[in-house]
Amino acid sequence: MASAVESLPILGNHPTDQVRACDTTTLPVCLTAQKFIKLHAVAAVVFLLIGGIAALTLGLTRWPAVHLLDAQWYYRLLTLHGLNMLIFWILNFEIAVLYFASTVLLNTRLASKSAAWVGLVMMTVGAIMVDAAIFGGKSDVLMTSYVPLKASPWFYLGIILVAVGTLVGVINYFATIYIAKRDQTYKGSVPLVVFGATAAAIIAVVTLLHGAVVMIPTLLWSMGIIENIDPAWYRITWWGLGHMSQQVNVCAMVSIWYLLGTLTVGSKPLNQAVCRGAFVLYILFINVASAHHLLVDPGTGSVWKIWNTSYAMYLAVLASMIHGFTVPASIEVAMRKKGFNRGLFGWLANAPWSNPGFSGFFLSLVIFGFGGGITGVTLGTQQINIMAHNTLRIPGHFHVTVVGGTTLAFMAITYYIVPLIFQKDFYAKALCRIQPYLFGGGITLMALGMSFAGSYGVPRRHWDIEFTGGLFATGFDAGAHVMLGIMGVGAVIAFLGLLLYCLLVVAAVFFGRPVEGKPMEAWNEEPRGQIDAEEVDEHKTPGTLVIVFVFLTAFAVYYFANWMWLSDLWEVR
Amino acid sequence: MSIYNPPEGWLQAPKGPERLWIGLALIWCIVMSLAMPYWHFYGKQNASGESYRVSAVDYGTRVRQFVEANTVGEASGIPIVEIPPGGDGYLLARMWSFYPVIKMKMGQTYRLHISSMDLQHGFSLQPLNMNFQVLPGYDHVLTITPTSTGVFPIICNEFCGIGHHMMTGRIIVE
Amino acid sequence: MSSKEPDGKKPLQKLMDNPWLLLVLGIVIPTLSYTVWGWIELWLVPPAALP
Ligand code: HEM
Ligand SMILES: [Cu+2]
Repeated sequence: MASAVESLPILGNHPTDQVRACDTTTLPVCLTAQKFIKLHAVAAVVFLLIGGIAALTLGLTRWPAVHLLDAQWYYRLLTLHGLNMLIFWILNFEIAVLYFASTVLLNTRLASKSAAWVGLVMMTVGAIMVDAAIFGGKSDVLMTSYVPLKASPWFYLGIILVAVGTLVGVINYFATIYIAKRDQTYKGSVPLVVFGATAAAIIAVVTLLHGAVVMIPTLLWSMGIIENIDPAWYRITWWGLGHMSQQVNVCAMVSIWYLLGTLTVGSKPLNQAVCRGAFVLYILFINVASAHHLLVDPGTGSVWKIWNTSYAMYLAVLASMIHGFTVPASIEVAMRKKGFNRGLFGWLANAPWSNPGFSGFFLSLVIFGFGGGITGVTLGTQQINIMAHNTLRIPGHFHVTVVGGTTLAFMAITYYIVPLIFQKDFYAKALCRIQPYLFGGGITLMALGMSFAGSYGVPRRHWDIEFTGGLFATGFDAGAHVMLGIMGVGAVIAFLGLLLYCLLVVAAVFFGRPVEGKPMEAWNEEPRGQIDAEEVDEHKTPGTLVIVFVFLTAFAVYYFANWMWLSDLWEVR
Repeated sequence: MSIYNPPEGWLQAPKGPERLWIGLALIWCIVMSLAMPYWHFYGKQNASGESYRVSAVDYGTRVRQFVEANTVGEASGIPIVEIPPGGDGYLLARMWSFYPVIKMKMGQTYRLHISSMDLQHGFSLQPLNMNFQVLPGYDHVLTITPTSTGVFPIICNEFCGIGHHMMTGRIIVE
Repeated sequence: MSSKEPDGKKPLQKLMDNPWLLLVLGIVIPTLSYTVWGWIELWLVPPAALP
């Protein structure tokens, strides 16, 4: 590998036998970081599969015509699903992304190998502990474990281990960017993707600190050492963990959008200051929106609720709307420069839709923006939340943010991680090409079904909407049942997309043809339109402007329609 | 490129469509920021979160007094209790029922108290789909004015153990 | 934004190039605005005077 090292760009602080040059991009890859990227990615996919199998059974239980599980197993697997997906799959993948962004893009070694081991082992042991506690049967408390519902101490201990292990990984990230700066391995400002990753890491620190503050007393309480935990205090502090971690996901996802834009069509940010400014708004204001979960709670007043639920006057929404413009606009400019300069949408029609890295990324952008963004801001409006709190509208919202958005973006980047980092080739490329559509389409359908069922009042986290055995006969409109059927069909399709992803990745990683020493085989031919039809003006993005105007219109319609529905309810103060 | 260090002097003000969009987005954010306070003053549906600390024992006693004083009938073995117009009503949530059945008159305003004896519960009024959180240790007061008549189911929509799906109640409005 | 510092960087860029300052702000702002203020609100909840 010595020759590769000599051909590296300037600087760098790698020990000579600990680095290779990427055969495709010539970027330097720290071998230690590479190992941990692989380990975390594999762990992530394992937890995704566990959570996915649970997901299928949940979807089939909430579909009244099927109603698969009994009550106990429904709540048990719901607990399993929430934790394995939202925490173990996502956090493992994020640590892999952080290690990648800091070492490869800053041309540095990973700060500490032993810290990376400690983090990985803690996260893995913790996750296994939690899953064992759930299957042990004494921890059917759902992922939120709202006190005074009590789980076995192992459950809380496992979560603490995962949180602290993740924190160790995040600190390793900060140490890595510190030594990169100290050793001057790069010049000027960090690349945009690293900046976004730093935003994610900063938010992760706040998140994990809240996790420690809430989980340690709760562990002691479950062991009988502490007498009582105030349920409202628990909810505020727990959502510091539960909601803020979603903001880590948003930052990681947006960074991956920029990364994939560059990898798939060679786009570059139109204005670095705008993109970075938007990340700064995230860092400063996005976390206060944990109040979304507490809008109809006792204990806190309206001023606290309104200020926090609005991300301090919607400054973080502004940031998302900025990314929602700059990401497609940079694709538009890049494609126009390739010669697809015809009409409003020639650039979009000719984009590499058969490249799963691109299709996954663009679907993630659309699903997150049009689905997750609009519903999230609307349902997080203090008064509108009265008609949404704890109904299926809520999972309907977050399955198009953290699943159709973040998870799909993570899947899309995998189509580059496997060839570039694992240096293995995928089998069945045709299946790879359809996987993002299958998963994105299924999740969107499921989320639509959930959202509409929730508008009829159907609760989330509820085993039987016939209320069998209840004192009073109660039930829902036939329309709600239709919607739950649509949800069920969507869940099955999404599960197939998820299973396909896991199979493709496992086959490639463990049994794939090694592609070391060769540049990665491109997913698509380089798109080439009519070259030089006209000069491309970097500040002309008419197609994107049309898209965002449609978006804003849809947003406003949905937002005001909800106010209108609200005004039909009983009066309440 | 988003993966390379940006050239020096990258700090530039936005131009063209980007600038236009940021402006529009900012205006939209201001509109949404004003909407919530506006509704507090001019709208009729707000969750003010009025609440007090209370022990389960004290709250249970108060509910019993309320039931003894105001019972007007019975449904499924549970007393139907009419709140005096303008007065205070007490609803108790516990695994796995709401107690008692509350009776109100359309157009009258009531102070409806809700608290839990054990776990966290959800107060979800159907088919209106109005939802509020119920916590043990907190007396959550809704100042509520029914604007329609009928029999309205209450369901629990916060997970409260294996019998959660059986937890139902009633509000009757005449 | 027009005021230039001695090293030629504008203050806004200085902020963006300083992950440690961003880290501190990113911890302090949400912790005060959401968490601490929220805890204070709970602490101020009065006892019920059940009539
Ligand atoms: C094939 C893909 C998936 C399907 C079919 C699916 C389906 C479901 C269903 C049916 C529920 C139960 C809703 C309820 O009864 O209240 C649920 C809950 C949930 N899902 Fe998924 N899901 C999928 C993927 C994911 C992923 C990838 C994540 C996170 C990254 C995720 C996060 C959650 C969370 C946090 C909950 C709420 C758990 C709770 O209420 O405690 N899901 N999902
Ligand atoms: Cu309940």
